[in-house]
Amino acid sequence: MGLTYLKNVSTLELDVNKCTGCLMCVFVCPHNVFEITNKKSQIVNKDFCMECGACQKNCPENAIKVTTGVGCAGGIILGYIKGTAPDCGCDGSSECC
Amino acid sequence: MSYIIGHTNNNIPIVTTNLNILDLLGAIKVRWSIFRSNYKVKPGLYAIGNPDKNSDVLVSANYKLSFDHLRKNLIGINAWILVIDTKGINVWCAAGKGTFGTKELISKIQDFSIDKIVEHKRIIVPQLGAVGVSAHEVKNATGFNVKYGPVRATDLKAFLSNNYKADKKMRTVFFSFKDRLILTPVEFVGHFKYFVFLLAAIFILSCFKNAIFNVDFAFSYFLTPFFNLTASYITGTIITPLLLPFIPFRNFSFKGITLAIIFSFILLLTNQMGNSILEIISFFFLNIAITSFTAMNFTGASTFTSLSGVKKEMKIAIPIQIILFVLGFVIWTITRFI
Repeated sequence: MGLTYLKNVSTLELDVNKCTGCLMCVFVCPHNVFEITNKKSQIVNKDFCMECGACQKNCPENAIKVTTGVGCAGGIILGYIKGTAPDCGCDGSSECC
Repeated sequence: MSYIIGHTNNNIPIVTTNLNILDLLGAIKVRWSIFRSNYKVKPGLYAIGNPDKNSDVLVSANYKLSFDHLRKNLIGINAWILVIDTKGINVWCAAGKGTFGTKELISKIQDFSIDKIVEHKRIIVPQLGAVGVSAHEVKNATGFNVKYGPVRATDLKAFLSNNYKADKKMRTVFFSFKDRLILTPVEFVGHFKYFVFLLAAIFILSCFKNAIFNVDFAFSYFLTPFFNLTASYITGTIITPLLLPFIPFRNFSFKGITLAIIFSFILLLTNQMGNSILEIISFFFLNIAITSFTAMNFTGASTFTSLSGVKKEMKIAIPIQIILFVLGFVIWTITRFI
Protein backbone atom coordinates (compact mmCIF):
# COMPACT_ATOMS: atom_id res chain seq x y z
CA MET A 1 0.00 0.00 0.00
CA GLY A 2 1.08 3.61 0.29
CA LEU A 3 1.92 5.46 -2.88
CA THR A 4 4.24 3.03 -4.61
CA TYR A 5 3.51 1.14 -7.79
CA LEU A 6 4.56 -2.27 -9.09
CA LYS A 7 7.92 -3.71 -8.09
CA ASN A 8 10.72 -4.78 -10.42
CA VAL A 9 9.23 -3.35 -13.60
CA SER A 10 11.35 -0.25 -14.20
CA THR A 11 13.55 -0.33 -17.32
CA LEU A 12 15.98 2.15 -15.74
CA GLU A 13 19.68 1.43 -16.29
CA LEU A 14 22.75 3.39 -15.20
CA ASP A 15 26.24 2.94 -16.66
CA VAL A 16 28.38 3.97 -13.72
CA ASN A 17 31.54 3.99 -15.84
CA LYS A 18 30.25 6.93 -17.86
CA CYS A 19 29.05 8.84 -14.79
CA THR A 20 30.93 12.01 -13.83
CA GLY A 21 28.90 12.76 -10.72
CA CYS A 22 27.46 15.98 -12.20
CA LEU A 23 24.31 15.60 -10.05
CA MET A 24 21.82 16.35 -12.86
CA CYS A 25 19.96 13.06 -12.37
CA VAL A 26 19.56 13.86 -8.67
CA PHE A 27 18.27 17.37 -9.49
CA VAL A 28 15.67 16.31 -12.04
CA CYS A 29 14.31 13.05 -10.63
CA PRO A 30 10.86 13.60 -9.06
CA HIS A 31 11.12 10.51 -6.84
CA ASN A 32 14.66 10.46 -5.39
CA VAL A 33 15.70 7.42 -7.38
CA PHE A 34 19.37 8.46 -7.47
CA GLU A 35 21.97 9.35 -4.89
CA ILE A 36 25.56 10.47 -5.39
CA THR A 37 28.20 8.59 -3.40
CA ASN A 38 31.93 9.08 -3.94
CA LYS A 39 31.30 11.30 -6.95
CA LYS A 40 29.23 8.63 -8.73
CA SER A 41 25.51 8.30 -9.07
CA GLN A 42 23.70 5.16 -8.03
CA ILE A 43 20.12 3.95 -8.23
CA VAL A 44 18.84 3.68 -4.66
CA ASN A 45 15.06 3.56 -5.16
CA LYS A 46 14.50 1.73 -8.43
CA ASP A 47 10.89 0.84 -7.60
CA PHE A 48 10.05 4.56 -7.22
CA CYS A 49 11.04 5.14 -10.84
CA MET A 50 8.12 6.19 -13.04
CA GLU A 51 10.17 6.10 -16.28
CA CYS A 52 9.56 9.80 -16.97
CA GLY A 53 12.98 10.01 -18.63
CA ALA A 54 14.10 13.33 -17.13
CA CYS A 55 17.35 11.69 -15.98
CA GLN A 56 18.12 10.23 -19.41
CA LYS A 57 17.32 13.57 -21.03
CA ASN A 58 19.64 15.53 -18.79
CA CYS A 59 22.62 13.21 -18.42
CA PRO A 60 25.35 14.86 -20.49
CA GLU A 61 27.32 11.58 -20.61
CA ASN A 62 24.42 9.40 -21.84
CA ALA A 63 24.99 7.15 -18.87
CA ILE A 64 21.28 6.54 -18.27
CA LYS A 65 18.85 4.47 -20.30
CA VAL A 66 15.15 4.09 -19.65
CA THR A 67 12.16 3.26 -21.82
CA THR A 68 9.82 6.22 -21.54
CA GLY A 69 6.26 6.68 -22.73
CA VAL A 70 2.75 7.55 -21.67
CA GLY A 71 2.18 5.63 -18.42
CA CYS A 72 -1.56 5.72 -18.71
CA ALA A 73 -3.97 2.85 -19.25
CA GLY A 74 -6.25 5.04 -21.35
CA GLY A 75 -3.32 6.15 -23.49
CA ILE A 76 -2.21 2.57 -24.09
CA ILE A 77 -5.73 1.57 -25.11
CA LEU A 78 -6.03 4.59 -27.40
CA GLY A 79 -2.67 3.79 -28.98
CA TYR A 80 -3.73 0.19 -29.48
CA ILE A 81 -6.96 1.28 -31.20
CA LYS A 82 -5.17 3.81 -33.41
CA GLY A 83 -2.35 1.42 -34.17
CA THR A 84 0.29 3.76 -32.77
CA ALA A 85 2.50 3.94 -29.70
CA PRO A 86 0.64 4.70 -26.46
CA ASP A 87 -0.99 8.08 -27.01
CA CYS A 88 -2.96 10.26 -24.64
CA GLY A 89 -3.77 12.80 -27.33
CA CYS A 90 -2.08 15.52 -25.29
CA ASP A 91 0.24 16.83 -27.98
CA GLY A 92 -2.37 19.39 -28.88
CA SER A 93 -3.45 17.81 -32.13
CA SER A 94 -6.60 16.37 -30.65
CA GLU A 95 -8.63 16.40 -27.50
CA CYS A 96 -6.65 15.43 -24.45
CA CYS A 97 -7.93 12.27 -22.77
CA MET B 1 -6.31 40.05 -21.35
CA SER B 2 -7.27 40.95 -17.79
CA TYR B 3 -3.94 39.74 -16.43
CA ILE B 4 -1.96 42.30 -18.45
CA ILE B 5 -1.73 45.55 -16.50
CA GLY B 6 0.71 47.56 -18.60
CA HIS B 7 3.78 47.43 -20.80
CA THR B 8 7.49 47.97 -20.23
CA ASN B 9 9.51 50.52 -22.21
CA ASN B 10 10.22 47.97 -24.90
CA ASN B 11 6.59 46.92 -25.08
CA ILE B 12 6.75 43.71 -23.06
CA PRO B 13 3.40 43.04 -21.35
CA ILE B 14 3.44 43.31 -17.57
CA VAL B 15 1.22 40.80 -15.79
CA THR B 16 -0.29 41.00 -12.35
CA THR B 17 0.24 38.48 -9.57
CA ASN B 18 -3.45 38.77 -8.71
CA LEU B 19 -5.92 36.17 -9.81
CA ASN B 20 -9.36 37.69 -10.39
CA ILE B 21 -12.77 36.04 -10.41
CA LEU B 22 -12.45 35.12 -14.11
CA ASP B 23 -9.17 33.36 -13.44
CA LEU B 24 -10.70 31.43 -10.53
CA LEU B 25 -13.79 30.46 -12.51
CA GLY B 26 -11.57 29.45 -15.41
CA ALA B 27 -9.57 27.17 -13.12
CA ILE B 28 -12.73 25.48 -11.83
CA LYS B 29 -14.00 25.12 -15.37
CA VAL B 30 -10.92 23.29 -16.66
CA ARG B 31 -10.77 21.11 -13.56
CA TRP B 32 -14.19 19.86 -14.69
CA SER B 33 -12.78 19.25 -18.15
CA ILE B 34 -14.82 22.03 -19.82
CA PHE B 35 -12.91 23.37 -22.85
CA ARG B 36 -9.79 22.16 -21.16
CA SER B 37 -7.91 22.08 -24.45
CA ASN B 38 -8.57 25.74 -25.19
CA TYR B 39 -7.36 27.48 -22.04
CA LYS B 40 -4.24 29.16 -23.31
CA VAL B 41 -1.93 32.11 -22.90
CA LYS B 42 -0.18 33.59 -25.92
CA PRO B 43 3.43 32.36 -25.95
CA GLY B 44 6.04 35.07 -25.51
CA LEU B 45 7.84 37.23 -23.00
CA TYR B 46 6.05 38.79 -20.05
CA ALA B 47 7.16 40.86 -17.06
CA ILE B 48 6.25 40.56 -13.39
CA GLY B 49 6.87 43.58 -11.18
CA ASN B 50 9.66 45.76 -12.53
CA PRO B 51 12.35 43.43 -13.96
CA ASP B 52 15.67 44.62 -15.37
CA LYS B 53 18.78 43.13 -16.94
CA ASN B 54 19.62 41.26 -13.75
CA SER B 55 16.23 39.73 -13.11
CA ASP B 56 15.62 36.03 -13.55
CA VAL B 57 13.87 34.46 -16.52
CA LEU B 58 11.23 31.89 -15.49
CA VAL B 59 9.89 29.51 -18.13
CA SER B 60 6.22 28.54 -18.24
CA ALA B 61 3.89 26.40 -20.34
CA ASN B 62 1.13 28.28 -22.18
CA TYR B 63 -1.67 26.42 -20.36
CA LYS B 64 -3.37 29.28 -18.54
CA LEU B 65 -3.76 27.24 -15.35
CA SER B 66 0.04 26.77 -15.25
CA PHE B 67 0.63 30.44 -16.03
CA ASP B 68 -1.81 31.66 -13.39
CA HIS B 69 -0.35 29.29 -10.81
CA LEU B 70 3.13 30.61 -11.53
CA ARG B 71 2.30 34.33 -11.42
CA LYS B 72 0.26 34.13 -8.24
CA ASN B 73 3.37 32.78 -6.48
CA LEU B 74 5.53 35.70 -7.57
CA ILE B 75 4.17 38.45 -5.33
CA GLY B 76 6.91 40.95 -4.65
CA ILE B 77 9.26 39.45 -7.25
CA ASN B 78 10.67 41.20 -10.29
CA ALA B 79 11.15 38.67 -13.06
CA TRP B 80 10.67 37.84 -16.70
CA ILE B 81 8.31 35.02 -17.65
CA LEU B 82 9.04 33.25 -20.91
CA VAL B 83 5.90 31.39 -21.96
CA ILE B 84 6.71 28.68 -24.48
CA ASP B 85 4.18 27.08 -26.79
CA THR B 86 2.99 23.81 -25.28
CA LYS B 87 -0.32 23.92 -27.22
CA GLY B 88 -2.20 24.78 -24.05
CA ILE B 89 -0.96 21.73 -22.15
CA ASN B 90 0.56 21.81 -18.66
CA VAL B 91 4.30 21.47 -18.04
CA TRP B 92 4.55 17.80 -17.06
CA CYS B 93 2.23 16.37 -19.70
CA ALA B 94 3.74 18.57 -22.42
CA ALA B 95 7.27 17.63 -21.35
CA GLY B 96 6.34 13.97 -21.60
CA LYS B 97 5.09 14.54 -25.15
CA GLY B 98 8.15 16.61 -26.05
CA THR B 99 6.23 19.84 -26.63
CA PHE B 100 7.65 21.42 -23.47
CA GLY B 101 10.94 20.55 -25.04
CA THR B 102 14.49 21.46 -25.89
CA LYS B 103 13.70 22.66 -29.43
CA GLU B 104 10.78 24.84 -28.36
CA LEU B 105 12.72 26.40 -25.48
CA ILE B 106 15.74 27.15 -27.68
CA SER B 107 13.46 28.64 -30.30
CA LYS B 108 11.72 30.95 -27.83
CA ILE B 109 15.02 32.03 -26.23
CA GLN B 110 16.20 33.01 -29.69
CA ASP B 111 12.92 34.49 -30.98
CA PHE B 112 12.59 36.80 -27.99
CA SER B 113 16.30 37.64 -27.82
CA ILE B 114 16.59 36.77 -24.17
CA ASP B 115 20.34 37.43 -24.44
CA LYS B 116 19.45 41.10 -25.05
CA ILE B 117 16.87 41.23 -22.27
CA VAL B 118 19.17 40.04 -19.45
CA GLU B 119 22.91 40.32 -18.84
CA HIS B 120 23.27 37.00 -17.02
CA LYS B 121 23.04 33.50 -18.47
CA ARG B 122 20.52 31.84 -16.15
CA ILE B 123 17.15 30.50 -17.18
CA ILE B 124 14.85 28.86 -14.63
CA VAL B 125 12.84 25.90 -15.89
CA PRO B 126 10.28 24.07 -13.71
CA GLN B 127 11.75 20.72 -12.67
CA LEU B 128 8.92 18.74 -14.28
CA GLY B 129 9.97 20.29 -17.58
CA ALA B 130 13.21 18.27 -17.36
CA VAL B 131 11.29 15.36 -18.90
CA GLY B 132 11.33 17.23 -22.20
CA VAL B 133 14.26 19.63 -21.87
CA SER B 134 17.91 18.70 -22.15
CA ALA B 135 19.80 21.32 -20.14
CA HIS B 136 23.17 20.69 -21.79
CA GLU B 137 21.66 20.97 -25.29
CA VAL B 138 20.01 24.30 -24.38
CA LYS B 139 23.38 25.56 -23.14
CA ASN B 140 25.17 24.50 -26.31
CA ALA B 141 22.60 26.18 -28.53
CA THR B 142 21.96 29.40 -26.60
CA GLY B 143 24.66 29.80 -23.95
CA PHE B 144 21.97 29.85 -21.27
CA ASN B 145 22.37 27.67 -18.19
CA VAL B 146 19.14 25.91 -17.32
CA LYS B 147 18.55 25.85 -13.60
CA TYR B 148 15.72 23.52 -12.67
CA GLY B 149 13.38 25.18 -10.23
CA PRO B 150 11.33 23.41 -7.57
CA VAL B 151 8.48 21.07 -8.48
CA ARG B 152 5.87 23.37 -6.91
CA ALA B 153 5.67 27.08 -7.72
CA THR B 154 4.86 27.70 -4.05
CA ASP B 155 8.54 26.95 -3.34
CA LEU B 156 9.83 29.34 -6.02
CA LYS B 157 10.42 32.34 -3.78
CA ALA B 158 12.48 30.25 -1.37
CA PHE B 159 14.39 28.78 -4.31
CA LEU B 160 15.18 32.19 -5.79
CA SER B 161 16.36 33.68 -2.51
CA ASN B 162 18.44 30.61 -1.67
CA ASN B 163 20.84 30.91 -4.59
CA TYR B 164 18.75 28.62 -6.79
CA LYS B 165 19.07 25.67 -4.44
CA ALA B 166 16.11 23.38 -3.96
CA ASP B 167 16.13 20.93 -1.08
CA LYS B 168 15.08 17.29 -1.37
CA LYS B 169 11.46 18.00 -0.46
CA MET B 170 11.19 20.75 -3.09
CA ARG B 171 12.47 18.27 -5.69
CA THR B 172 10.05 15.50 -4.77
CA VAL B 173 6.62 14.98 -6.32
CA PHE B 174 3.97 13.91 -3.84
CA PHE B 175 0.38 12.83 -4.34
CA SER B 176 -1.58 14.10 -1.37
CA PHE B 177 -5.28 13.67 -0.72
CA LYS B 178 -5.87 17.19 -1.99
CA ASP B 179 -3.84 16.49 -5.13
CA ARG B 180 -5.96 13.41 -5.80
CA LEU B 181 -9.23 15.16 -4.98
CA ILE B 182 -8.62 17.92 -7.54
CA LEU B 183 -8.21 15.28 -10.25
CA THR B 184 -11.45 13.41 -9.60
CA PRO B 185 -13.84 15.70 -11.55
CA VAL B 186 -11.93 15.06 -14.78
CA GLU B 187 -11.99 11.31 -14.07
CA PHE B 188 -15.74 11.45 -13.44
CA VAL B 189 -16.48 13.56 -16.52
CA GLY B 190 -14.02 11.68 -18.71
CA HIS B 191 -15.99 8.47 -19.21
CA PHE B 192 -19.38 9.95 -18.42
CA LYS B 193 -20.87 9.60 -21.87
CA TYR B 194 -20.02 5.88 -22.01
CA PHE B 195 -21.56 5.46 -18.58
CA VAL B 196 -24.79 7.17 -19.66
CA PHE B 197 -24.87 5.05 -22.81
CA LEU B 198 -24.55 1.90 -20.69
CA LEU B 199 -27.33 3.09 -18.36
CA ALA B 200 -29.54 3.76 -21.37
CA ALA B 201 -28.89 0.30 -22.78
CA ILE B 202 -29.70 -1.27 -19.41
CA PHE B 203 -32.88 0.80 -19.17
CA ILE B 204 -34.09 -0.39 -22.54
CA LEU B 205 -33.29 -4.00 -21.69
CA SER B 206 -35.07 -3.49 -18.35
CA CYS B 207 -38.26 -3.12 -20.35
CA PHE B 208 -38.10 -6.88 -20.78
CA LYS B 209 -39.48 -9.04 -18.00
CA ASN B 210 -40.26 -12.71 -18.45
CA ALA B 211 -39.58 -12.07 -22.14
CA ILE B 212 -42.37 -9.49 -22.39
CA PHE B 213 -41.55 -5.90 -23.45
CA ASN B 214 -43.19 -3.13 -21.46
CA VAL B 215 -41.73 0.24 -20.52
CA ASP B 216 -43.50 0.03 -17.12
CA PHE B 217 -41.26 -2.89 -16.19
CA ALA B 218 -38.22 -0.63 -16.58
CA PHE B 219 -39.67 2.11 -14.44
CA SER B 220 -40.37 -0.24 -11.57
CA TYR B 221 -37.13 -2.16 -11.79
CA PHE B 222 -34.50 0.30 -13.02
CA LEU B 223 -33.40 1.53 -9.60
CA THR B 224 -31.52 -1.72 -8.96
CA PRO B 225 -29.19 -1.62 -11.95
CA PHE B 226 -28.94 2.14 -11.53
CA PHE B 227 -27.63 1.79 -7.96
CA ASN B 228 -25.15 -0.89 -8.93
CA LEU B 229 -23.76 0.81 -12.00
CA THR B 230 -23.64 4.26 -10.42
CA ALA B 231 -21.91 2.84 -7.33
CA SER B 232 -19.38 1.20 -9.65
CA TYR B 233 -18.74 4.37 -11.60
CA ILE B 234 -18.37 6.58 -8.54
CA THR B 235 -16.19 4.03 -6.75
CA GLY B 236 -13.90 3.75 -9.76
CA THR B 237 -13.62 7.42 -10.67
CA ILE B 238 -13.80 9.10 -7.25
CA ILE B 239 -13.53 6.78 -4.25
CA THR B 240 -10.56 4.72 -5.48
CA PRO B 241 -8.49 7.84 -6.26
CA LEU B 242 -9.35 9.40 -2.91
CA LEU B 243 -8.50 6.31 -0.88
CA LEU B 244 -5.64 5.24 -3.13
CA PRO B 245 -2.85 4.66 -0.59
CA PHE B 246 -5.16 2.90 1.86
CA ILE B 247 -6.49 0.22 -0.49
CA PRO B 248 -4.54 -3.07 -0.74
CA PHE B 249 -2.65 -4.09 -3.92
CA ARG B 250 -0.32 -1.97 -6.01
CA ASN B 251 -2.30 -2.39 -9.22
CA PHE B 252 -4.99 0.25 -9.58
CA SER B 253 -7.27 -2.31 -11.24
CA PHE B 254 -7.01 -4.60 -8.21
CA LYS B 255 -7.71 -1.69 -5.87
CA GLY B 256 -10.88 -1.19 -7.92
CA ILE B 257 -11.79 -4.88 -7.65
CA THR B 258 -11.32 -4.76 -3.87
CA LEU B 259 -13.65 -1.79 -3.41
CA ALA B 260 -16.16 -3.26 -5.87
CA ILE B 261 -16.41 -6.48 -3.86
CA ILE B 262 -16.88 -4.48 -0.67
CA PHE B 263 -19.66 -2.22 -1.92
CA SER B 264 -21.31 -5.08 -3.78
CA PHE B 265 -21.64 -7.00 -0.53
CA ILE B 266 -23.12 -3.89 1.06
CA LEU B 267 -25.63 -3.64 -1.78
CA LEU B 268 -26.37 -7.35 -1.37
CA LEU B 269 -27.02 -6.99 2.34
CA THR B 270 -29.34 -4.04 1.70
CA ASN B 271 -31.21 -5.97 -0.97
CA GLN B 272 -30.18 -3.80 -3.87
CA MET B 273 -28.95 -6.55 -6.14
CA GLY B 274 -32.21 -7.95 -7.42
CA ASN B 275 -34.05 -11.14 -6.69
CA SER B 276 -32.38 -14.14 -8.26
CA ILE B 277 -28.97 -15.70 -7.80
CA LEU B 278 -28.23 -15.13 -11.48
CA GLU B 279 -29.03 -11.45 -11.16
CA ILE B 280 -26.82 -11.09 -8.09
CA ILE B 281 -23.92 -12.81 -9.84
CA SER B 282 -24.34 -10.63 -12.90
CA PHE B 283 -24.19 -7.46 -10.83
CA PHE B 284 -21.10 -8.64 -8.98
CA PHE B 285 -19.42 -9.22 -12.35
CA LEU B 286 -20.53 -5.89 -13.81
CA ASN B 287 -19.59 -3.94 -10.69
CA ILE B 288 -16.12 -5.48 -10.55
CA ALA B 289 -15.52 -4.90 -14.27
CA ILE B 290 -16.65 -1.26 -14.31
CA THR B 291 -15.00 -0.25 -11.04
CA SER B 292 -11.75 -1.99 -11.97
CA PHE B 293 -11.62 -0.39 -15.43
CA THR B 294 -12.32 3.15 -14.29
CA ALA B 295 -9.91 2.80 -11.34
CA MET B 296 -7.22 1.53 -13.71
CA ASN B 297 -7.66 4.63 -15.85
CA PHE B 298 -6.54 6.77 -12.93
CA THR B 299 -3.00 5.61 -13.71
CA GLY B 300 -2.92 8.37 -16.32
CA ALA B 301 -3.49 11.08 -13.74
CA SER B 302 -1.29 9.67 -11.00
CA THR B 303 2.24 10.89 -10.30
CA PHE B 304 4.02 7.62 -9.71
CA THR B 305 2.91 5.00 -12.24
CA SER B 306 5.28 3.90 -14.98
CA LEU B 307 4.65 2.72 -18.53
CA SER B 308 6.20 -0.67 -17.78
CA GLY B 309 4.05 -1.06 -14.69
CA VAL B 310 0.81 -0.07 -16.41
CA LYS B 311 1.50 -2.43 -19.31
CA LYS B 312 2.10 -5.27 -16.86
CA GLU B 313 -1.03 -4.40 -14.92
CA MET B 314 -3.15 -4.28 -18.07
CA LYS B 315 -2.03 -7.71 -19.26
CA ILE B 316 -3.93 -9.23 -16.36
CA ALA B 317 -6.59 -6.59 -15.78
CA ILE B 318 -8.01 -6.08 -19.27
CA PRO B 319 -8.89 -9.74 -19.88
CA ILE B 320 -10.50 -9.94 -16.43
CA GLN B 321 -12.51 -6.78 -17.07
CA ILE B 322 -13.65 -7.86 -20.53
CA ILE B 323 -14.65 -11.36 -19.41
CA LEU B 324 -16.49 -10.16 -16.31
CA PHE B 325 -18.24 -7.37 -18.19
CA VAL B 326 -19.43 -9.61 -21.01
CA LEU B 327 -20.45 -12.43 -18.67
CA GLY B 328 -22.19 -10.00 -16.35
CA PHE B 329 -24.05 -8.28 -19.16
CA VAL B 330 -25.09 -11.51 -20.84
CA ILE B 331 -26.24 -13.18 -17.62
CA TRP B 332 -28.15 -10.08 -16.58
CA THR B 333 -29.85 -9.87 -19.97
CA ILE B 334 -30.81 -13.51 -19.67
CA THR B 335 -32.56 -12.75 -16.37
CA ARG B 336 -34.88 -10.43 -18.30
CA PHE B 337 -36.12 -13.34 -20.34
CA ILE B 338 -36.62 -16.15 -17.85
